Amino acid sequence: MAARTVLQQADIARALTRIAHEILESARGVDDLVVLGIPTRGTELAARLAASLAQIGGSDVPVGSLDVTMYRDDLDRNPTRGPAPTEIPAGGIDGKTVVLVDDVLYSGRTIRSALDALADIGRPAVVRLAVLVDRGHRELPIRPDFVGKNLPTARSERVNVRLEDFDGIDEVTIL
Amino acid sequence: MKHLLSTKDLSRDQAIHILDVTEDMAATQQREVKKLPTLRGKTVVNLFFEDSTRTRISFEAAAKRLSADVISFAAKGSSVSKGESLQDTAQTLEAIGADVIVVRHPVSGAPELLARSGWIDASVLNAGDGTHEHPTQALLDAFTLRRRIHGDASRGKGLDGVRVLVVGDILHSRVARSNVWLLSTLGAEVTLVGPPTLMPFGIDAWPVDTSFDLDDALASKPDAVMMLRVQSERMNAAYFPSAREYSTLWGLSAARFGALPETTVVMHPGPMNRGFEIASVAADSPQSTVLEQVSAGVSTRMAALYLTATGADL
Repeated sequence: MAARTVLQQADIARALTRIAHEILESARGVDDLVVLGIPTRGTELAARLAASLAQIGGSDVPVGSLDVTMYRDDLDRNPTRGPAPTEIPAGGIDGKTVVLVDDVLYSGRTIRSALDALADIGRPAVVRLAVLVDRGHRELPIRPDFVGKNLPTARSERVNVRLEDFDGIDEVTIL
Repeated sequence: MKHLLSTKDLSRDQAIHILDVTEDMAATQQREVKKLPTLRGKTVVNLFFEDSTRTRISFEAAAKRLSADVISFAAKGSSVSKGESLQDTAQTLEAIGADVIVVRHPVSGAPELLARSGWIDASVLNAGDGTHEHPTQALLDAFTLRRRIHGDASRGKGLDGVRVLVVGDILHSRVARSNVWLLSTLGAEVTLVGPPTLMPFGIDAWPVDTSFDLDDALASKPDAVMMLRVQSERMNAAYFPSAREYSTLWGLSAARFGALPETTVVMHPGPMNRGFEIASVAADSPQSTVLEQVSAGVSTRMAALYLTATGADL
């Protein structure tokens, strides 16, 4: 079966711009915002989102990455990829509004790991979750605050997010 | 990676990957909360058939930072024949439920035997075997050197073209062997310097240059000088006439250190014999990485434990 494209470059850009507006609306401005992407695709999405936030909100938003590999509960079952760097912006996360950014929300286990990782780094005032695609099938009581696209899927399907920096093209496909 | 037994069988990509994971581990050690939950529920056994302080403590700290349960086992002075005792011990550890066994043994190849014998399913980490290898020491040395040279931009890089002198008792040194394989895999140019009596047989086949004149070798202004410990427990054999002669000919004295460029890194795996193979002025200078090597040791062993215990792809 051929892959079906569900989001194209313009759709992804629009979704991120909308999410940026929603974040600014709920946080009432860019003050105290910190955007953290979950490697690998989340990091790139976080950078784009931060750029949008800066453009709309009028001042720079600290952006970084949060690696969750060391906090996963399935290290035994999945062939592990090496951990990726965690880069926390200079201002830290204590008392800030942290927006976690990931490409696809599925079981929710990555986000659980991310929350554990975050707790070891500091104590944010608020943690929000922004994802490009929510494909359902949650295994934990976790929900996103900002969603690019809700994508009903079967468990057997695969959702692939490709981004320019990694894959040379911006698109989301389902297989 | 199931086991870490030597640096000789690591490819360049694998070695760089381990060093990069070490970078990630080192980054977590800068945080207020240094502990990671990664190996929760795993049991790491330190099986030491030979004396050690820093390696054992370093492995213990590393395992604890990753939330593993640690059992330390000092098995010194066993009168049982070696093969038999190792098998018995291994099976006992298996029964306890060890997931990773960190083994130091006076016999070269003992960790390899433990890993390949089929006695146990656990991962085996070589923490020094006889005069064979000490892979985590070489990895932490390479990590420290790469950090000194490339700083924050170390990730993904090797040590291409870096000129390293390894000075002293090459014959007995597993640290030297592991370093020779790893450094040359990473692209460094290694020169071994020491008295002819302390050079191993068959060294012609190693990917290194050799020199019997320290002053000559230092005059080439190497990027790093790695001083090895003179292993006084083996000094009863007549490898050199007197300690004083060794110190004069092969020690990094204040004068020799002073003649080095300020960019040359001075390394020592510890424990140091101050005033003997290395002068205090060299050991305590900003060019010395002795303490950086110790902290790199914890991060390196965290990386090694993580990669073996989770069976991560290399």
